[in-house]
Amino acid sequence: MTQERTNYIDIVIKGIWRENPVAYQVLGICSSLAVTVRMSTAIVMGIALTVVTAFSSMLISSLRKMIPSNIRIIAELAIVASLVIATDQILKAFLYDISKQLSIFVGLIITNCIVMGRAEAFALANKPLDSFFDGIGNGLGYTLVLVIVALIREFLGSGKFLGFNIIPQFALDAGYQNMGLMVLAPGAFFVIGLLVWLKNSLPGISKEER
Amino acid sequence: MGDLISLFINSVFIGNILLAYFLGMCSFIAVSKNIETATGLGFAVIFVLAVTSPVNWVIYHGLLAPGALAWAGFPDFDLSFLTFITFIAVIAAIVQAIEMVIDKYLPLLYTTLGVFLPLIAVNCAILGTALFMVERNYTFMESIVYGTGSGTGWMLAIVSMAAIRNKIKYSDVPKGLQGFGITMIIAGLMAMTFMMFSGITL
Repeated sequence: MTQERTNYIDIVIKGIWRENPVAYQVLGICSSLAVTVRMSTAIVMGIALTVVTAFSSMLISSLRKMIPSNIRIIAELAIVASLVIATDQILKAFLYDISKQLSIFVGLIITNCIVMGRAEAFALANKPLDSFFDGIGNGLGYTLVLVIVALIREFLGSGKFLGFNIIPQFALDAGYQNMGLMVLAPGAFFVIGLLVWLKNSLPGISKEER
Repeated sequence: MGDLISLFINSVFIGNILLAYFLGMCSFIAVSKNIETATGLGFAVIFVLAVTSPVNWVIYHGLLAPGALAWAGFPDFDLSFLTFITFIAVIAAIVQAIEMVIDKYLPLLYTTLGVFLPLIAVNCAILGTALFMVERNYTFMESIVYGTGSGTGWMLAIVSMAAIRNKIKYSDVPKGLQGFGITMIIAGLMAMTFMMFSGITL
């Protein structure tokens, strides 16, 4: 039992840190940029993706012996799309404001490379529970990157943290200005680019060869 | 007519599907190493978008939107929760159909576009355009123009990125920034230049 539990923890940590899908495999950055103007949207988006990845991996893995391999992409897409519809309906019911701000990006989880990537790379060859935890790990890894980018953009762009002002009034009086660039699209590109630079400069991490 | 031209300009430059909404990034990063393949993929995306947007419009407004089934005698039905799965199925089916038609009748075009078509089915730019079209309540004509415009904007972005990456091979980029990092920074600079077009109204 303890053996199994450490195994699951290991799978989760691998997704979050050692093989982080956004930072190491450059997957799923589409939405990781668009929803990062605010922390709140980034967190909700991260959770939504984690749930979808975890359950789609589990379902696909438990059906892996029944799906013929030549139509597996369609079968996987159908499973993922159904889960995304369920997630979208739940968000609309309980977090209407945030679901409005996320607009089409919840729907775009269907085409997010992380979900399909984990299904193809892990779920098709592993047991359902392992796949479930693999999905959670990768989803959380994605959330981590999302939240870091959102933290930087929200702080520099509008001087807020989770919606609260944290730039003191005297700093504004003294001439401090928010960096408007961070709220716009280019800011996201710069932050991701610089984060990748930072990641590649950290010691002890294998460099990607390009 | 002026509205349509203005919508086209807007979808190519200010609301560029790639640089302002970050859609289609995966293939943008992966295929922007060579100008010729980037151009091929760009044309394929324009083509698929110009076809799928109006088809999705017809399906959404004829079957899925709240009250859309009134013609069949079910005015109370609201099938809009099926939007995602229908759109992705329509896109996959159309891409497959286009691939077969091109393969049969235009073998020359197939050799250049063929390899990219399967990639496009899961390109988020296609699904994103369809969903934006629904969210912004475009009319049928607007959906055609918007689809073509987004495709053109995407192609413009990927071809210029391929051209820049071709030149950057000769530059002295810091070690940790090489590859993905510098691509992102360039994309950021490109996004800034594309945003200069905002404020232009026709």
